[in-house]
Amino acid sequence: MVFGFPILSTLVWLPIVGGALILFLGRDRDSFAKWTALGVSILTFLASLTLWTAFDSNTSAMQFVEKTEWISQFNIYYYLGVDGLSMPLILLTTFTQILVIASAWEVIKERVEQYMGAFMIMQGLMIGVFAALDSILFYVFWEALLIPMFIVIGKWGGQDRVYATLKFFLYTFFGSVFMLVAFIYMYFQSGSFSILDFHAMPIAMTAQIFIFLAFLIAFAVKVPMFPVHTWLPDAHVQAPTAGSVVLAAIMLKMGGYGFVRFSLPITPDASMTLDWLVIALSLIAIFYIGLVAMVQSDMKKLVAYSSISHMGFVTIGMFLVYDIIQTTGSSQGAMIGMEGAMIQMISHGFISGAMFLMIGVLYDRMHTREISAYGGVVNVMPWFGFFAVLFSMSNSGLPGTSGFVGEFMVILAAFKANVWYGLVAATTLIIGAAYTLWMVKRVYFGPVANEQVGKLKDLSKREFAIMATLAFAVVLLGVYPAPLIEVMHSSVANLLVQATTSKL
Amino acid sequence: MILKFLLTIILLSPLFGAVAAGLFGRQIGRKGAHTITIFGVAVSTVLSAYVFWMFVVNGHSEFNTSLYTWLVSDGMKFEIGYMIDNLSATMMLVVTFVSLMVHVYTIGYMDHDEDYDHHNPYYQRFFSYISLFTFAMLSLVMANNFLQLFFGWEAVGLVSYLLIGFYMKRESAIQANLKAFLVNRVGDFGFLIGIAIVVMYFNTLDYREFFAGLEAHTETTISFFPGVEWSVITAMCLFLFVGAMGKSAQMPLHVWLPESMEGPTPISALIHAATMVTAGIFMVARLSPAFELSEVALSAVMIIGATTAFMMGALGIVQNDIKRVVAYSTLSQLGYMVAALGASAYAAGMFHVLTHAFFKALLFLAAGSVIIAMHHIQDIRQMGGMKKHMPITYWTMLIGSLSLIGFPGFAGFFSKDSILMALEASNAYGADYAYILLVLGVFITAFYSFRMFFLVFHGEESEYVKSHTISESPKVVTIPLILLAIPAVIMGAPMIASVWSGDYFGTAIQVLPEHDVLGALYHHHYHGIVDMVIHSLTTLPVMLATAGVVLAWFFYLKRPDIPARIKSSCPRGFAMLNNAYGFDRFNEVVFQNGARKLGGYFWRSIDVKIIDKGIVTNSFESVMNMASALRLSQTGLLYHYAFVMIFGLLAMLIWVLW
Repeated sequence: MVFGFPILSTLVWLPIVGGALILFLGRDRDSFAKWTALGVSILTFLASLTLWTAFDSNTSAMQFVEKTEWISQFNIYYYLGVDGLSMPLILLTTFTQILVIASAWEVIKERVEQYMGAFMIMQGLMIGVFAALDSILFYVFWEALLIPMFIVIGKWGGQDRVYATLKFFLYTFFGSVFMLVAFIYMYFQSGSFSILDFHAMPIAMTAQIFIFLAFLIAFAVKVPMFPVHTWLPDAHVQAPTAGSVVLAAIMLKMGGYGFVRFSLPITPDASMTLDWLVIALSLIAIFYIGLVAMVQSDMKKLVAYSSISHMGFVTIGMFLVYDIIQTTGSSQGAMIGMEGAMIQMISHGFISGAMFLMIGVLYDRMHTREISAYGGVVNVMPWFGFFAVLFSMSNSGLPGTSGFVGEFMVILAAFKANVWYGLVAATTLIIGAAYTLWMVKRVYFGPVANEQVGKLKDLSKREFAIMATLAFAVVLLGVYPAPLIEVMHSSVANLLVQATTSKL
Repeated sequence: MILKFLLTIILLSPLFGAVAAGLFGRQIGRKGAHTITIFGVAVSTVLSAYVFWMFVVNGHSEFNTSLYTWLVSDGMKFEIGYMIDNLSATMMLVVTFVSLMVHVYTIGYMDHDEDYDHHNPYYQRFFSYISLFTFAMLSLVMANNFLQLFFGWEAVGLVSYLLIGFYMKRESAIQANLKAFLVNRVGDFGFLIGIAIVVMYFNTLDYREFFAGLEAHTETTISFFPGVEWSVITAMCLFLFVGAMGKSAQMPLHVWLPESMEGPTPISALIHAATMVTAGIFMVARLSPAFELSEVALSAVMIIGATTAFMMGALGIVQNDIKRVVAYSTLSQLGYMVAALGASAYAAGMFHVLTHAFFKALLFLAAGSVIIAMHHIQDIRQMGGMKKHMPITYWTMLIGSLSLIGFPGFAGFFSKDSILMALEASNAYGADYAYILLVLGVFITAFYSFRMFFLVFHGEESEYVKSHTISESPKVVTIPLILLAIPAVIMGAPMIASVWSGDYFGTAIQVLPEHDVLGALYHHHYHGIVDMVIHSLTTLPVMLATAGVVLAWFFYLKRPDIPARIKSSCPRGFAMLNNAYGFDRFNEVVFQNGARKLGGYFWRSIDVKIIDKGIVTNSFESVMNMASALRLSQTGLLYHYAFVMIFGLLAMLIWVLW
């Protein structure tokens, strides 16, 4: 609460109510639907800024807490609050939302009110996921999110959207069921569904292992980690641009967030025992998926695989603490890995969002995502080319852009944990640059490949504004990441204490 | 405080010009773009000259300050800041001065560049890039920590990428720039691991703190393979040097530099000869306190450098593209510098960096002037007898070539002789090998340099020269040539004594007493400049250089039938040189195709076949069938149903809350 005002509830419900309004009143009134969506999104973003300004970065305690009884017979609360781990992700959500709405402006022509409504509701639910402190509330938001995304891909998606939506739905649903079981188990043990109570409760080793694995399945699917990643490329390819943006920029982060909110603090001993599993899968993501990205012929698939590869830095960064203690005898450096992982999530939100928006710009004009259909785009779209190269460089981890910060920190920490983690993780410098810049070469550079490319029009004002906003964010975070890291310090430090304190 | 402000202006004014010309190129037009960028770099140059005067001439002590904190994590500060001493002050002046010359020259070069359609503001873009490069290079040399060094390192790589691919309609250009970036990334991989070792053992990124911690880690070991312990300092230096190998194009990471000649000639001069490629040498010199502690690393550096110097020089002999000849000569000279570093003669290596910056920039710009005159033909076999058509280019190119081959008294003579004498005096492992290669390299250098020189300017006029009007380039081209020719002649003599004695770089370069070959030379063999020049006439290097020039004259002017006969009598050796020892082919087959094949294999057999078809689809197909049935019965209503579901959920939530 800020001065008694329920800011988190506002952030959750404002978009949802706005979305409902658009759905009910916006039929055949496209302009109303669009402007309401944009207005509410901007309002939500402005409201979310108060989280930043009023945030106390000296404490790891939950802030802006709201707690009301919801289902009393099961001790379930409507319980919201944020700390330094979740607050930046909420800001990322509200920021991205404006771009998402703007990106669809002239592109979506059928059923505009349903499209806008779906995205508005999705936003509220995503904020809910990051703000929920009651596990059942969290679960409700988490699962409810599948529905609007399912609809967005299924209704406005590409040719094979049915296959993609089902794959997406089943994968994630399959994952989260295990999580629900874990919640219920812990409820029976502690009598509470509160996440903070889960953090505090002692759990025996065997139970911890099972809970850890249940969480791992749920979050690994979401991140996604190898080998449960194959839904993502299909979902991206079929989703409309804005759907891909939300998926890559925010929904994947929910998996990473799950590890820091649930796995590490609730099952520290199991995390210590099984950290090798997460680390191995992360390194596979970085190396193997990077090579897979290189051979893709569809731009969206390439960027989707690139996303998986980059998310490998998030998951490995989070689980380095145990090896660092084992190798060096102190946890010095673990914080660099963890904060690097958190920064990587925010940065990947910007970059993957930008990459998908760029593909969207091309797709809107050419109706194909095949790399071979392009060539020499920059000759006819110089501004677009400028942004494309900037974001691609950021995707390859160029210092001075946001893509560098997290990867750099995680590689430093990974090397400390085990020299080979560092060596494998650092191959992204070569592989990441190879698949990104090879695509740049084939799509943007070279002579104009064909007549259609020759007729391409450069960015419209709307598209330019979207790209410029993201470019600003990418450069700002790359040049001056200190403020963002500062709000995380206390919470990350506390998380590391939780993760290294036995609960047996 | 004032100094810090000055340094910030030096750093940012090229960036300002780059942004203005790059983002507002259309609005400010061609004239606006070159005016604003030249102004920005000129400001940097003047202030750098002032800083140079303060530090190198007046002996200001090291200035180390932090500009802002990039971030703090786990108590470790990642900062942006400056460390200015004689090393960085000298580099700043060289970088800004050469950059300024190249900016001015570009007005003339790009104006004649008819390779491009004039609707695109490519002219402004070019100025934006070279100013951006100046900013990046300055931030690299001014850094007081590894983070900023790495930032500058990668940023110059970015600009190099953009400029090599400047003619982006040419397939060869965009192939070359991708290759350059990726090969450099292989180097940066090593560099980053080196930085990770620094962070792991020294827990800092700051140079000074790092140097202070070195003593404590001389005995520490690191293990990459179970049971095999390596000295931390050796491992760290070797990894950092891999970075230097990428940027300074040492074998086997040299493959990108010849192809970088796809870029416009002014940037070949600025980036791929004078400044960026010397970043690796600068880095090792900057980190001399660390390299001094590892004789293994030093010997490795020396051997790699000498091998590069010799083998790449040999390739210069068979090149027919005027820019490629100069490019291979750059590779070879970089090898000399690196070899000097390995002999602990950091100052001699840096000295050669400085003289090379001027004479090589001069050679490239003069080659560019020839290319302008030849209407963008670069094949030296089509040239000949151009001396009388372009006298200024002729004389400046002659000066550059003489400096390059180490003609006694010229700048290049002093720096190259310093390197050779240092290697002769060095007792390090491999010094004999390196010395022999470098001395042979002197002969090769003279031979290929004057082969090109004679073929271009002397002999009979070729058909092309006869049938076209060949004229001297405009003033914006020739004035930079003259301005660069001056230091290429005179800058060696005033510096030699202080370079040898170690006074020139002062505390910036640290050498252990037992490694200090230059100091020993100074005390035992230095008897003044005149003596050095006279004495050199009786030494092997100068004799070999003379022999090289004479042989080039004999082969290419007197008896051109002989090289042709040699070529036909040993086709194998010639093919080997022509294929540049097969490095490109090897990389293509092993790394490029290998990575693609591996990726394709992973994707098709693991992702698609095992995961998707094997595991997912079997459990999935039944669901799909069911779904199709459902879809038939509820066409178009599915999403309505889903919305109802959400609102049902939400309504429930609200209802319970109330």
